[in-house]
Amino acid sequence: MSVNKQKYKKYVEKSAKKSPIVKNCVKAFLVGGLICAIGQALMQLYMYLDISEEVSKALVSVSLIFITALLTGFGIFDNIAKHAGAGTLVPITGFANSVVSPALDNKSEGWIMGLGAKIFIIAGPVILYGTTASVIYGVIYYLCKVLL
Amino acid sequence: MGIFLDYVYAFAVGGAFCVVAQILIDKTKLTPARILVAFVVSGVVLGGMGIYKYIADFAGAGASVPLTGFGYALSEGVKKAIDEKGAIGILTGGLSATAAGIATSMVLALLTALIFKSKNK
Repeated sequence: MSVNKQKYKKYVEKSAKKSPIVKNCVKAFLVGGLICAIGQALMQLYMYLDISEEVSKALVSVSLIFITALLTGFGIFDNIAKHAGAGTLVPITGFANSVVSPALDNKSEGWIMGLGAKIFIIAGPVILYGTTASVIYGVIYYLCKVLL
Repeated sequence: MGIFLDYVYAFAVGGAFCVVAQILIDKTKLTPARILVAFVVSGVVLGGMGIYKYIADFAGAGASVPLTGFGYALSEGVKKAIDEKGAIGILTGGLSATAAGIATSMVLALLTALIFKSKNK
């Protein structure tokens, strides 16, 4: 009986540990998937309006960033993000929120050293390392092109 | 039917990227900022190796909307700029290709801060 109890306890602990990650993943999948499907719908709309593919792609980003800024301003985005986790973080909405949110929160510390300096507290590293990686790739691509 | 499938692929692939990030958050306690950096750099690497192109062709917005798509845009921008302008493209290509997203985020963040009050604290 005590073995069974122990086994049961272990089982409960195991499933209690397991269930949030499964639940989190399902939520992240659904919300992240939905945001991408909205992106797909916007893409189709802009292409339908005879806008070039390159410009349409940029407009999809602009549209999603606009929606994020609005929802962040109204305080709705944080409530969705709390449940969605990576579902709102990984799409461009997470990047946009990481710029808008510090801007809002640090406004009281001043426009230059508050908002101005802290606006890129998360997006800054993203742009820094993304751009650096792209420059390294550029050097390799250029050398391959010239030498081969 | 073709259009419907586009949505299914966008949803499934975009959602899958988010699941990968969610597992990383829950299992490794990586902070969101590190996840974003990792995804963008992964996008550049996968783009540079020519792999992300296939995901992008297959999933559409499911590949371009996640932050890996931002990295892919950086690498594609560099490649295109080098093809068109030569070596200077190494430096100009990435940020040019992603300028719309970065500029929009900056300007709208400032506008939002002008209009709204912080909800935190």
